[in-house]
Amino acid sequence: MDNDSNNKEQLDEIRKQLTLANNDVREGEQAYFCDARPVVVEPYRGILERFANWARSESLWILGFGTGCGAIELRPLMTSRYDMYRFGIQPRPTPRQAGVFVIGGYASVKTMKRIVRSYEQMQGPKFVVGLGSCTINGGMYWDSYNTINRLDHYIPVDVYIAGCMPRPEALLAGFNALKAKIRAGECDGMNKYAQNFDWYKANQKQIIKHWEMPDYNW
Amino acid sequence: MYENVMKSAERFKARPLGRDQKIGGMKQREDLLFMKVEQEQAVPFITWLKELGGFGHLVLFTAVDFIEQDIFQITYLLHSYEQHHDIVVLVEIDRQKAEMESIHHLWPHAATYQQELFEMFGITFPGSPRLYEDFALEGWQGPPPMRRDFDTKEYSEKTYFPRPGRVTHDPATYMKEQLYPGEAQTW
Repeated sequence: MDNDSNNKEQLDEIRKQLTLANNDVREGEQAYFCDARPVVVEPYRGILERFANWARSESLWILGFGTGCGAIELRPLMTSRYDMYRFGIQPRPTPRQAGVFVIGGYASVKTMKRIVRSYEQMQGPKFVVGLGSCTINGGMYWDSYNTINRLDHYIPVDVYIAGCMPRPEALLAGFNALKAKIRAGECDGMNKYAQNFDWYKANQKQIIKHWEMPDYNW
Repeated sequence: MYENVMKSAERFKARPLGRDQKIGGMKQREDLLFMKVEQEQAVPFITWLKELGGFGHLVLFTAVDFIEQDIFQITYLLHSYEQHHDIVVLVEIDRQKAEMESIHHLWPHAATYQQELFEMFGITFPGSPRLYEDFALEGWQGPPPMRRDFDTKEYSEKTYFPRPGRVTHDPATYMKEQLYPGEAQTW
């Protein structure tokens, strides 16, 4: 072992001294990273909220982040055969522009880290669709050492679509169910996340050990 | 090819496995050769295969946990494009002192395999670059998960909030009792 950085103890030491990514940022620029807890946003009242919910349900912009094997089912959904655009659904490249997060099947711990970060970056109102049985109870990876079993312990989930994998028709049915829930004003995942923030964070911290990202609500 | 390798194999005390055996009525492929080597001779033998034997392509590099014999078997699969021949080098190492010589000086990408083997099996390769960095499991704190004494089901139930209500059926009995009760037993 001639190379010093190969020593495991030394590497652990280095890891302990590792600071979060925004520590080097100058004082004035640190505000780009959010360090506030999420807050509960009260809905409007009456017809305003109903109108807003109708508008939200008719433009579902999904985050193009294929987190598992189920993301392959989103491709035929985009193309002309199933054509999700006629339902007002379209993919967006960044979480900041997206309103719907589709978790495509199994989520490993490594992916879960990115899922949590992406979910927190999305602007409200935001909805989560759990796609495939892996998000419900782990599916065929239920006894794996590295994939989660229940997605709703880490981020709030509005609609589950069962299947392994669900066909694009099932996905469209799921999106229609999501629309109906939004119009009925039942999709309150963002406020649920804010209210139970400590519980969600405790669950996330139980599996995600190395965060090493900007100090974002952590 | 075979004679050429065998001539040098004596020098490295490598012995071929199952060359002329018939396994399950089938003869082993002509273009595949299994060689078993002692731990000390493994890297010299692989070096000879790469530099002089023409086996320039490291196809696969993995480990198998034989917990009953208390060993890890490390498998190197090499390929020669000139001779269209594969050779598998099997090395048995002690499971308690899981340490193997690194081959990253022969193939730089072997370092990635070694990183993975350290993470999954806990086998160390002294001198291998970036060996102790996280590879796939970020922040893993349990024992190496691919070791067979690691109970993945127990770990999963402890860590990942199993949803109640999952029932497991033995497929054979379930099929027999539920789906085809009248059928004769065919298995």
